[in-house]
Amino acid sequence: MEDIDLQIQSLIALSQTGDKAAYGRLLALMAPRLRAYFSRRLQDPADAEDLVQETLIAIHTKRETYNPALPFAPWVYGIARYKLIDHFRRRGVRRHVPLEAAGEILAESDTEAGATRADLNRLLARLPARQRGLLEDVRLRGLTIAEAAPRHGYSEGAAKVALHRTLKSLSASVAADED
Amino acid sequence: MKTEDLIAGLALEPGFPGPRQLERKLILWSGVGALMAALLTLLVLGPRPDMDQIAGVASFLGKAGYTLALAGAGLWLARRLGQPGARAKGPLLALSLLLVGGLIATVVELARIPAGERAGQLMGHSAMICPLAILGLGLLALCPAMIVARRLAPVRPAAAGAAIGLLAGGLSATAYGLHCAETAVSFLVIWYGLGVLATAALGAAIGARVLRW
Repeated sequence: MEDIDLQIQSLIALSQTGDKAAYGRLLALMAPRLRAYFSRRLQDPADAEDLVQETLIAIHTKRETYNPALPFAPWVYGIARYKLIDHFRRRGVRRHVPLEAAGEILAESDTEAGATRADLNRLLARLPARQRGLLEDVRLRGLTIAEAAPRHGYSEGAAKVALHRTLKSLSASVAADED
Repeated sequence: MKTEDLIAGLALEPGFPGPRQLERKLILWSGVGALMAALLTLLVLGPRPDMDQIAGVASFLGKAGYTLALAGAGLWLARRLGQPGARAKGPLLALSLLLVGGLIATVVELARIPAGERAGQLMGHSAMICPLAILGLGLLALCPAMIVARRLAPVRPAAAGAAIGLLAGGLSATAYGLHCAETAVSFLVIWYGLGVLATAALGAAIGARVLRW
Protein backbone atom coordinates (compact mmCIF):
# COMPACT_ATOMS: atom_id res chain seq x y z
CA MET A 1 0.00 0.00 0.00
CA GLU A 2 2.97 2.31 0.44
CA ASP A 3 3.79 2.12 -3.21
CA ILE A 4 0.35 2.96 -4.38
CA ASP A 5 0.36 6.20 -2.41
CA LEU A 6 3.56 7.38 -4.01
CA GLN A 7 2.41 6.27 -7.43
CA ILE A 8 -0.70 8.36 -6.94
CA GLN A 9 1.30 11.39 -5.84
CA SER A 10 3.44 11.13 -8.96
CA LEU A 11 0.45 10.65 -11.24
CA ILE A 12 -1.29 13.67 -9.71
CA ALA A 13 1.82 15.78 -10.17
CA LEU A 14 1.93 14.69 -13.81
CA SER A 15 -1.78 15.32 -14.40
CA GLN A 16 -1.29 18.80 -13.02
CA THR A 17 1.08 19.46 -15.87
CA GLY A 18 -1.64 18.40 -18.33
CA ASP A 19 -0.47 14.83 -18.87
CA LYS A 20 -3.63 13.04 -20.03
CA ALA A 21 -2.06 9.59 -19.98
CA ALA A 22 -1.00 9.99 -16.36
CA TYR A 23 -4.47 11.18 -15.41
CA GLY A 24 -6.01 8.21 -17.20
CA ARG A 25 -3.63 5.89 -15.34
CA LEU A 26 -4.64 7.49 -12.06
CA LEU A 27 -8.32 6.85 -12.77
CA ALA A 28 -7.53 3.34 -13.99
CA LEU A 29 -5.62 2.76 -10.77
CA MET A 30 -8.66 3.84 -8.76
CA ALA A 31 -11.19 1.72 -10.67
CA PRO A 32 -10.30 -1.74 -9.27
CA ARG A 33 -10.01 -0.28 -5.78
CA LEU A 34 -13.41 1.34 -6.01
CA ARG A 35 -14.79 -1.90 -7.48
CA ALA A 36 -13.48 -3.85 -4.51
CA TYR A 37 -14.85 -1.25 -2.10
CA PHE A 38 -18.36 -1.26 -3.59
CA SER A 39 -18.56 -5.01 -4.33
CA ARG A 40 -17.90 -5.76 -0.72
CA ARG A 41 -20.76 -3.54 0.34
CA LEU A 42 -23.36 -4.32 -2.34
CA GLN A 43 -24.82 -7.65 -3.43
CA ASP A 44 -25.44 -6.81 -7.07
CA PRO A 45 -22.23 -6.51 -9.13
CA ALA A 46 -24.06 -4.28 -11.63
CA ASP A 47 -24.87 -1.81 -8.83
CA ALA A 48 -21.27 -1.87 -7.74
CA GLU A 49 -20.07 -1.16 -11.28
CA ASP A 50 -22.55 1.72 -11.59
CA LEU A 51 -21.14 3.21 -8.41
CA VAL A 52 -17.57 2.72 -9.63
CA GLN A 53 -18.46 4.77 -12.70
CA GLU A 54 -20.38 7.39 -10.74
CA THR A 55 -17.46 7.78 -8.39
CA LEU A 56 -14.97 8.09 -11.23
CA ILE A 57 -17.16 10.77 -12.79
CA ALA A 58 -17.39 12.55 -9.43
CA ILE A 59 -13.61 12.36 -8.99
CA HIS A 60 -13.35 14.00 -12.38
CA THR A 61 -16.03 16.69 -12.05
CA LYS A 62 -15.06 17.55 -8.47
CA ARG A 63 -11.30 17.37 -9.00
CA GLU A 64 -10.85 21.06 -8.24
CA THR A 65 -11.93 20.37 -4.65
CA TYR A 66 -8.87 18.16 -4.16
CA ASN A 67 -6.00 19.95 -2.52
CA PRO A 68 -2.80 18.39 -3.95
CA ALA A 69 -0.95 19.26 -0.74
CA LEU A 70 -3.07 16.71 1.15
CA PRO A 71 -3.20 12.90 0.85
CA PHE A 72 -5.40 11.58 -1.94
CA ALA A 73 -6.95 8.59 -0.16
CA PRO A 74 -9.23 10.49 2.28
CA TRP A 75 -10.55 12.59 -0.58
CA VAL A 76 -11.38 9.60 -2.78
CA TYR A 77 -12.77 7.72 0.19
CA GLY A 78 -15.00 10.69 1.07
CA ILE A 79 -16.41 10.69 -2.46
CA ALA A 80 -16.92 6.92 -2.59
CA ARG A 81 -18.65 6.86 0.78
CA TYR A 82 -20.90 9.76 -0.22
CA LYS A 83 -21.88 7.93 -3.41
CA LEU A 84 -22.59 4.74 -1.44
CA ILE A 85 -24.80 6.59 1.08
CA ASP A 86 -26.52 8.35 -1.82
CA HIS A 87 -27.15 4.97 -3.46
CA PHE A 88 -28.82 3.59 -0.32
CA ARG A 89 -30.84 6.78 0.06
CA ARG A 90 -32.15 6.58 -3.49
CA ARG A 91 -33.15 2.98 -2.91
CA GLY A 92 -34.98 4.03 0.21
CA VAL A 93 -32.78 1.77 2.31
CA ARG A 94 -31.79 3.10 5.70
CA ARG A 95 -28.31 1.79 6.19
CA HIS A 96 -25.49 2.98 8.29
CA VAL A 97 -22.25 3.30 6.38
CA PRO A 98 -19.56 3.19 9.04
CA LEU A 99 -16.67 5.56 8.77
CA GLU A 100 -13.52 3.58 8.15
CA ALA A 101 -9.90 4.53 7.87
CA ALA A 102 -9.53 6.31 4.55
CA GLY A 103 -6.47 4.23 3.67
CA GLU A 104 -8.73 1.18 3.36
CA ILE A 105 -9.85 2.24 -0.06
CA LEU A 106 -6.34 1.99 -1.44
CA ALA A 107 -5.68 -1.28 0.31
CA GLU A 108 -8.76 -2.90 -1.19
CA SER A 109 -7.89 -4.03 -4.65
CA ASP A 110 -8.33 -7.09 -6.79
CA THR A 111 -5.18 -6.49 -8.77
CA GLU A 112 -1.75 -5.32 -7.83
CA ALA A 113 0.29 -3.43 -10.35
CA GLY A 114 3.57 -5.27 -10.08
CA ALA A 115 5.44 -3.54 -12.87
CA THR A 116 4.80 -0.03 -11.65
CA ARG A 117 5.70 -1.09 -8.15
CA ALA A 118 9.15 -2.08 -9.36
CA ASP A 119 9.45 1.28 -11.12
CA LEU A 120 8.48 3.06 -7.99
CA ASN A 121 10.96 1.23 -5.80
CA ARG A 122 13.64 2.20 -8.27
CA LEU A 123 12.54 5.84 -8.03
CA LEU A 124 12.41 5.78 -4.26
CA ALA A 125 15.82 4.21 -4.07
CA ARG A 126 17.21 7.37 -5.67
CA LEU A 127 16.08 9.47 -2.72
CA PRO A 128 18.42 10.05 0.21
CA ALA A 129 17.40 7.82 3.14
CA ARG A 130 16.47 10.75 5.35
CA GLN A 131 14.12 12.29 2.78
CA ARG A 132 12.63 8.95 1.92
CA GLY A 133 11.95 8.24 5.60
CA LEU A 134 10.25 11.59 6.07
CA LEU A 135 8.16 11.12 2.95
CA GLU A 136 7.05 7.65 4.01
CA ASP A 137 6.15 8.79 7.52
CA VAL A 138 4.07 11.74 6.41
CA ARG A 139 2.50 10.42 3.22
CA LEU A 140 2.08 6.76 4.06
CA ARG A 141 1.97 6.35 7.80
CA GLY A 142 -0.17 9.42 8.22
CA LEU A 143 2.01 11.20 10.77
CA THR A 144 1.77 14.97 10.86
CA ILE A 145 4.80 16.90 9.72
CA ALA A 146 5.34 18.02 13.31
CA GLU A 147 5.43 14.39 14.49
CA ALA A 148 7.57 13.08 11.69
CA ALA A 149 10.14 15.89 11.53
CA PRO A 150 12.12 15.06 14.72
CA ARG A 151 12.28 11.37 13.79
CA HIS A 152 14.48 12.29 10.87
CA GLY A 153 16.31 15.18 12.45
CA TYR A 154 14.37 17.97 10.78
CA SER A 155 12.79 21.04 12.31
CA GLU A 156 9.14 21.38 11.34
CA GLY A 157 9.84 24.16 8.86
CA ALA A 158 12.77 22.34 7.30
CA ALA A 159 10.67 19.18 7.04
CA LYS A 160 8.00 21.05 5.09
CA VAL A 161 10.57 22.35 2.65
CA ALA A 162 12.28 18.97 2.37
CA LEU A 163 8.97 17.22 1.76
CA HIS A 164 8.01 19.67 -0.93
CA ARG A 165 11.38 19.30 -2.66
CA THR A 166 11.27 15.53 -2.38
CA LEU A 167 7.87 15.30 -4.03
CA LYS A 168 8.96 17.73 -6.69
CA SER A 169 12.13 15.84 -7.53
CA LEU A 170 10.19 12.59 -7.43
CA SER A 171 7.65 13.77 -9.96
CA ALA A 172 10.43 15.36 -12.02
CA SER A 173 12.27 12.05 -12.18
CA VAL A 174 9.05 10.28 -13.11
CA ALA A 175 8.53 12.82 -15.87
CA ALA A 176 12.08 12.27 -17.08
CA ASP A 177 11.53 8.50 -17.13
CA GLU A 178 8.37 8.89 -19.16
CA ASP A 179 10.11 10.79 -21.95
CA MET B 1 -20.68 1.85 -20.83
CA LYS B 2 -17.51 0.03 -20.00
CA THR B 3 -15.51 1.56 -17.20
CA GLU B 4 -12.35 1.60 -19.34
CA ASP B 5 -14.14 3.67 -21.99
CA LEU B 6 -15.44 6.02 -19.35
CA ILE B 7 -11.92 6.56 -18.03
CA ALA B 8 -10.62 7.19 -21.54
CA GLY B 9 -13.36 9.79 -21.98
CA LEU B 10 -12.68 11.51 -18.68
CA ALA B 11 -8.93 11.60 -19.22
CA LEU B 12 -9.34 14.06 -22.08
CA GLU B 13 -9.25 16.91 -19.58
CA PRO B 14 -6.58 16.21 -16.99
CA GLY B 15 -5.45 18.35 -14.11
CA PHE B 16 -5.90 18.97 -10.43
CA PRO B 17 -5.96 22.77 -10.28
CA GLY B 18 -6.18 22.79 -6.48
CA PRO B 19 -8.96 24.43 -4.46
CA ARG B 20 -7.54 27.95 -4.74
CA GLN B 21 -9.35 28.78 -7.95
CA LEU B 22 -12.70 27.73 -6.56
CA GLU B 23 -12.05 29.69 -3.40
CA ARG B 24 -11.23 32.81 -5.40
CA LYS B 25 -14.47 32.46 -7.34
CA LEU B 26 -16.37 32.13 -4.08
CA ILE B 27 -14.75 35.30 -2.74
CA LEU B 28 -15.28 37.14 -6.02
CA TRP B 29 -18.97 36.33 -6.42
CA SER B 30 -19.96 36.76 -2.79
CA GLY B 31 -17.97 40.03 -2.94
CA VAL B 32 -20.00 41.20 -5.93
CA GLY B 33 -23.17 40.44 -3.96
CA ALA B 34 -21.79 42.29 -0.93
CA LEU B 35 -21.02 45.30 -3.10
CA MET B 36 -24.57 45.35 -4.39
CA ALA B 37 -25.82 45.08 -0.80
CA ALA B 38 -23.59 48.02 0.17
CA LEU B 39 -24.86 50.11 -2.74
CA LEU B 40 -28.46 49.28 -1.96
CA THR B 41 -27.87 50.18 1.70
CA LEU B 42 -26.33 53.54 0.85
CA LEU B 43 -28.85 54.46 -1.86
CA VAL B 44 -32.06 53.24 -0.25
CA LEU B 45 -31.40 53.40 3.49
CA GLY B 46 -28.69 56.09 3.42
CA PRO B 47 -25.37 56.19 5.28
CA ARG B 48 -25.32 56.40 9.08
CA PRO B 49 -25.59 60.06 10.10
CA ASP B 50 -22.32 60.08 12.07
CA MET B 51 -20.28 58.70 9.15
CA ASP B 52 -18.53 62.10 8.80
CA GLN B 53 -17.17 61.88 12.35
CA ILE B 54 -14.26 59.84 13.64
CA ALA B 55 -16.44 58.16 16.27
CA GLY B 56 -18.93 57.07 13.63
CA VAL B 57 -16.26 55.68 11.33
CA ALA B 58 -14.58 53.92 14.25
CA SER B 59 -17.87 52.35 15.29
CA PHE B 60 -18.54 51.24 11.71
CA LEU B 61 -15.07 49.71 11.41
CA GLY B 62 -15.35 47.92 14.73
CA LYS B 63 -18.67 46.36 13.76
CA ALA B 64 -17.36 45.57 10.28
CA GLY B 65 -14.40 43.77 11.85
CA TYR B 66 -16.71 41.43 13.74
CA THR B 67 -19.11 40.76 10.88
CA LEU B 68 -16.25 40.26 8.39
CA ALA B 69 -14.71 37.78 10.82
CA LEU B 70 -18.01 35.86 10.78
CA ALA B 71 -17.95 35.94 6.97
CA GLY B 72 -14.35 34.71 7.00
CA ALA B 73 -15.27 31.82 9.29
CA GLY B 74 -18.07 30.97 6.85
CA LEU B 75 -15.71 30.96 3.90
CA TRP B 76 -13.19 28.78 5.73
CA LEU B 77 -15.93 26.40 6.84
CA ALA B 78 -17.44 26.19 3.35
CA ARG B 79 -14.03 25.36 1.92
CA ARG B 80 -13.49 22.53 4.38
CA LEU B 81 -17.02 21.15 4.20
CA GLY B 82 -16.86 21.24 0.40
CA GLN B 83 -13.77 19.07 0.28
CA PRO B 84 -14.29 15.34 0.88
CA GLY B 85 -12.06 13.98 3.60
CA ALA B 86 -11.18 17.38 5.07
CA ARG B 87 -11.78 18.26 8.71
CA ALA B 88 -13.82 21.26 9.73
CA LYS B 89 -12.41 21.52 13.25
CA GLY B 90 -10.41 24.71 12.68
CA PRO B 91 -13.20 26.85 11.22
CA LEU B 92 -15.74 25.49 13.72
CA LEU B 93 -13.43 26.46 16.55
CA ALA B 94 -12.96 29.93 15.06
CA LEU B 95 -16.72 30.34 14.71
CA SER B 96 -17.38 29.22 18.29
CA LEU B 97 -14.73 31.65 19.55
CA LEU B 98 -16.43 34.50 17.69
CA LEU B 99 -19.86 33.60 19.02
CA VAL B 100 -18.79 32.87 22.60
CA GLY B 101 -16.49 35.92 22.62
CA GLY B 102 -19.39 38.05 21.39
CA LEU B 103 -21.72 36.73 24.08
CA ILE B 104 -19.13 37.34 26.81
CA ALA B 105 -18.63 40.92 25.56
CA THR B 106 -22.42 41.37 25.59
CA VAL B 107 -22.73 40.18 29.17
CA VAL B 108 -19.82 42.37 30.28
CA GLU B 109 -21.29 45.43 28.57
CA LEU B 110 -24.74 44.92 30.04
CA ALA B 111 -23.38 44.16 33.51
CA ARG B 112 -21.56 47.48 33.57
CA ILE B 113 -24.63 49.66 33.12
CA PRO B 114 -27.52 50.16 35.55
CA ALA B 115 -30.15 47.44 35.38
CA GLY B 116 -32.84 49.88 34.25
CA GLU B 117 -30.89 50.87 31.13
CA ARG B 118 -30.03 47.37 30.01
CA ALA B 119 -33.14 46.72 27.94
CA GLY B 120 -32.74 50.06 26.14
CA GLN B 121 -29.09 49.36 25.41
CA LEU B 122 -29.82 45.91 24.08
CA MET B 123 -32.81 46.90 21.96
CA GLY B 124 -31.37 50.16 20.57
CA HIS B 125 -33.67 51.86 18.10
CA SER B 126 -33.79 49.27 15.33
CA ALA B 127 -33.69 45.82 16.89
CA MET B 128 -36.66 44.59 14.91
CA ILE B 129 -35.49 45.87 11.52
CA CYS B 130 -31.83 44.90 11.76
CA PRO B 131 -31.99 41.08 11.42
CA LEU B 132 -34.55 41.33 8.63
CA ALA B 133 -32.48 43.87 6.72
CA ILE B 134 -29.39 41.67 7.05
CA LEU B 135 -31.31 38.60 5.88
CA GLY B 136 -32.79 40.52 2.94
CA LEU B 137 -29.48 42.06 1.88
CA GLY B 138 -27.87 38.67 2.47
CA LEU B 139 -29.79 37.23 -0.47
CA LEU B 140 -27.68 39.37 -2.79
CA ALA B 141 -24.50 37.57 -1.72
CA LEU B 142 -26.15 34.22 -0.97
CA CYS B 143 -27.43 33.60 -4.50
CA PRO B 144 -24.16 34.04 -6.43
CA ALA B 145 -22.15 32.31 -3.68
CA MET B 146 -24.52 29.33 -3.74
CA ILE B 147 -24.16 29.02 -7.50
CA VAL B 148 -20.37 28.88 -7.19
CA ALA B 149 -20.71 26.49 -4.24
CA ARG B 150 -22.41 23.95 -6.50
CA ARG B 151 -18.90 23.15 -7.70
CA LEU B 152 -17.92 22.06 -4.20
CA ALA B 153 -18.30 18.43 -3.15
CA PRO B 154 -19.91 18.64 0.30
CA VAL B 155 -20.53 15.34 2.04
CA ARG B 156 -23.11 17.23 4.15
CA PRO B 157 -24.86 19.62 1.74
CA ALA B 158 -26.99 21.36 4.40
CA ALA B 159 -23.97 22.13 6.56
CA ALA B 160 -22.06 23.47 3.58
CA GLY B 161 -25.11 25.58 2.68
CA ALA B 162 -25.13 26.99 6.21
CA ALA B 163 -21.45 27.91 5.82
CA ILE B 164 -22.23 29.71 2.56
CA GLY B 165 -25.09 31.47 4.36
CA LEU B 166 -22.71 32.49 7.12
CA LEU B 167 -20.39 33.98 4.51
CA ALA B 168 -23.26 35.85 2.82
CA GLY B 169 -24.77 36.97 6.14
CA GLY B 170 -21.45 38.26 7.46
CA LEU B 171 -20.97 40.27 4.28
CA SER B 172 -24.48 41.71 4.23
CA ALA B 173 -24.23 42.59 7.94
CA THR B 174 -21.06 44.51 7.09
CA ALA B 175 -22.91 46.32 4.30
CA TYR B 176 -25.86 47.07 6.59
CA GLY B 177 -23.39 48.61 9.07
CA LEU B 178 -22.94 51.45 6.56
CA HIS B 179 -26.47 52.54 7.46
CA CYS B 180 -27.03 51.39 11.03
CA ALA B 181 -25.84 53.84 13.69
CA GLU B 182 -26.22 51.49 16.66
CA THR B 183 -22.97 51.48 18.62
CA ALA B 184 -23.60 48.98 21.45
CA VAL B 185 -21.62 45.75 21.40
CA SER B 186 -24.64 43.90 22.75
CA PHE B 187 -26.76 45.17 19.87
CA LEU B 188 -24.16 44.02 17.36
CA VAL B 189 -23.76 40.57 18.85
CA ILE B 190 -27.46 39.84 19.37
CA TRP B 191 -29.25 41.51 16.45
CA TYR B 192 -26.56 41.45 13.77
CA GLY B 193 -25.77 37.95 14.99
CA LEU B 194 -29.39 36.95 14.61
CA GLY B 195 -29.48 38.33 11.05
CA VAL B 196 -26.32 36.42 10.14
CA LEU B 197 -27.64 33.22 11.72
CA ALA B 198 -30.94 33.61 9.87
CA THR B 199 -29.02 33.90 6.60
CA ALA B 200 -27.03 30.80 7.56
CA ALA B 201 -30.27 28.92 8.30
CA LEU B 202 -31.65 29.93 4.92
CA GLY B 203 -28.37 28.82 3.37
CA ALA B 204 -28.73 25.42 5.08
CA ALA B 205 -32.25 24.98 3.71
CA ILE B 206 -31.16 25.92 0.19
CA GLY B 207 -27.92 23.95 0.42
CA ALA B 208 -29.73 20.76 1.38
CA ARG B 209 -31.44 20.95 -2.03
CA VAL B 210 -28.95 22.53 -4.42
CA LEU B 211 -25.58 21.35 -3.08
CA ARG B 212 -26.26 17.64 -3.63
CA TRP B 213 -24.06 16.05 -6.23
